[in-house]
Amino acid sequence: MTFDILLAAIELVFAPKVLAIILAASVFGLFVGAIPGLTATMAAALMVPLTFFMDPVPAVSAIVAATAMAIFAGDIPGAMLRIPGTPASAAYVEDSYAMTRKGQLRAVLGLNLICSALGGVIGSIILMVAAPALAKIAMRFSSDEYFWLALLGLSCAVFIAASNPVKGVLSLLIGLSIAMIGFDPSAGFPRFSFGITELTGGVDFVPAMIGMFAIPEVIRNIVNIHQVKPVQQRVSHVFAGLRERLAHRWWNILRSSGLGTLIGALPGAGADIAAWVCYAVSKKLSREPEKYGTGHDEGIIDATASNNAAVSGSWVPALVFGIPGGAVTAIAVGIMYMKGLNPGPRIFTETPEIIYAVLIAFLIANLIMVPLGYVAIRMAGLIIGVPRAVLMPIIMIFCMVGAFSITNSGFAIVIVLVLGLLAYGMEENGIPLAPAILGIVLGPLVERNFVMSMTKSGGDLLSLFDRPIAAVLGVATLAMWLMPALLAMLRSFRNGRA
Amino acid sequence: MTKTILSMAKATTAVCALVFAAGSALAQEYPDRPISMVVPWAAGGGTDVVARIVAAGLEEQLDATVNVVNRTGGGGVVGHSAIADAKPDGYTIGFITAEINMMHHLGMTDLDHGSYKLIAMINGEPAGVHVRADSEYQNMQELLDAIAAGDERMTSSGTAAGGVYHLALGGMLMEAGLAPDAVIWVPSQGAAPALQELVADATDFVMTQLPEAQSIVDAGQARTLAVMASERLPGFEDVPTLQEATGLDFTMSGMRALAVPADTPDDIVAQLTEAAATLVESDSFRERMEQGGYGIHYLNGQDLTALLDTRDAQMGEIIQALGLSR
Repeated sequence: MTFDILLAAIELVFAPKVLAIILAASVFGLFVGAIPGLTATMAAALMVPLTFFMDPVPAVSAIVAATAMAIFAGDIPGAMLRIPGTPASAAYVEDSYAMTRKGQLRAVLGLNLICSALGGVIGSIILMVAAPALAKIAMRFSSDEYFWLALLGLSCAVFIAASNPVKGVLSLLIGLSIAMIGFDPSAGFPRFSFGITELTGGVDFVPAMIGMFAIPEVIRNIVNIHQVKPVQQRVSHVFAGLRERLAHRWWNILRSSGLGTLIGALPGAGADIAAWVCYAVSKKLSREPEKYGTGHDEGIIDATASNNAAVSGSWVPALVFGIPGGAVTAIAVGIMYMKGLNPGPRIFTETPEIIYAVLIAFLIANLIMVPLGYVAIRMAGLIIGVPRAVLMPIIMIFCMVGAFSITNSGFAIVIVLVLGLLAYGMEENGIPLAPAILGIVLGPLVERNFVMSMTKSGGDLLSLFDRPIAAVLGVATLAMWLMPALLAMLRSFRNGRA
Repeated sequence: MTKTILSMAKATTAVCALVFAAGSALAQEYPDRPISMVVPWAAGGGTDVVARIVAAGLEEQLDATVNVVNRTGGGGVVGHSAIADAKPDGYTIGFITAEINMMHHLGMTDLDHGSYKLIAMINGEPAGVHVRADSEYQNMQELLDAIAAGDERMTSSGTAAGGVYHLALGGMLMEAGLAPDAVIWVPSQGAAPALQELVADATDFVMTQLPEAQSIVDAGQARTLAVMASERLPGFEDVPTLQEATGLDFTMSGMRALAVPADTPDDIVAQLTEAAATLVESDSFRERMEQGGYGIHYLNGQDLTALLDTRDAQMGEIIQALGLSR
């Protein structure tokens, strides 16, 4: 990175309009994250229509800021109500709430805020260093490597992200079926379009995202309006005594931020999984594991830093390979395409100033998290107390306008509603949504690159292992598929001996 | 949040404007209300950028608001249909592309350029042939000779199967007396992934327009061997035409043109034609196009119809020869 690129990037970010958008998106993200049930993904999905009116840098920065804030803000209702604001805060909600009951609400929120910001900053720095380096390697990738990467992403979605692999596979297959609709990528032959012109273009992923993430929550609220009342406890002097608490925990923050970034970069795994893993690791390595779950701050520090680091990490595959690892980055990649920025290794050489501007926006978002988060904590009672009966119709309107504005056709609204109902049905039956979303996003990538590879090799499947990096990725994918079978064999072997 | 609400208000206004535009109002003096310009491709792409530059210019010429509406999907069918099927009152105009002469041969739709009244061609980037910088082929003739020798079937990429650059390759090979499928066409989603394949040493050459390959050529990773135009392009004076390089008299280019539904009244067509003709001569338009790296190739409706009549037959022939027609 040369100095003038960095200067150009700084100039792009520090325009008053861009800063104002980052600020507005941050406030929006804090608000969404603090309301139980509304996720960071939903914050991103609802922002899509607004990014239409923005230049590329503010558009992507807005998504960055909103998701980072939402992941932090999810900690607030976790501590106040024992209801995590977003799934990413679920891992340590017991500890947070236990601390609150001990009268330490102030301390736990201060810890959440500072550790989230630190985790985010460390994650951003890793992203800034790792992404351009990885992009250099990715320059040499052909359709063989991309095919395996996308397939690896789909496999991770099932085996890592889903607690029940069978339901994960089911969800993935639903996503892949949706991805099948429309002209096939090689011969241009319409599939499953039933003569509907709108369907020949396939199911646009933005209405799909909005439908699958926002509608089920709206329906759940209509079925069961649960108005929640926050705990009344003074939360001024949030930062008092933090220095002492953090003084001997700096290694936890560093370790969990690094691990969180790495987990975030895995396709299919996101902030919530990073928090679970880092909480578990923290407990295993701790000198006082018996205190976990009873209001101990160590696990909270680890997990709350890791989920924000994971938000940064998840952008690595999205920016470097153009392959989003999760729902938020899938939305971001869609926005980038819409703005004429093609995520992938070339973006680092073609428009480096834009990509560095986005990376700087990461740092800014995580830094302004401290003052904004402080205000959010002070106002938490108000935010959490917003009447659901008012909020849900507003979200519904956002969804409809957002979907319509993508293709300028009423058909997008149909997609939102149909997929929204489908997603509600899936979640009610314990089928996770993430694999389906990745199926919609990565399915066409797998197919397209497979067809490209097969066209080049004349249909020779083994050619997928011809290139060295492709071979490594291929073996890793196949190993992941065989893993459950191997583990089962190992288990029965052990049982047999016992 | 204020910012968000403001943007939201803008979105709502845009939606309202659309609704009003769709409602019927007696045209007193055209235009007396906002015009919608339908673009069949996604916002941010090359066609969209050119369409938006034209829309901004038309706003000045016609003294009316021109809203660009991206009706994407169906490989361009959705948007092209939307233009052809719109109420022919001059308040829905559209931007059609080269695909209009290909889609009906490919069996995707019944529409062709006769489904519209053509106002003006704005530009048409000719196809170029690009190889890796370290490729053994130093010029176009060497590449053609190697294809003709046929020791190993070469691979090329640049767009989907049946896309304009695929047809450019097929047409060139036919002109050279070779089978149109002598080179394996690797379908790709546009120029960027095709160039990625090229740089990663996975295909032999790429067919795409010169501006799209410029950054990779500038980075020293690829070379342009020839351009399928009748003369060298301004800004790319080093690149020989196909005829100069090989003697083959074959040209192929994309096409971006302003069009209205076929039944649009003649006086409105005349007014739009005049506006477009003045527009392409204006300094501000030329400046904006140059900034984006887009060439200008203006043809009026009549000349464009004549061009597309021949083009349609030529495309049909190549598609037939490639075995893609349905």
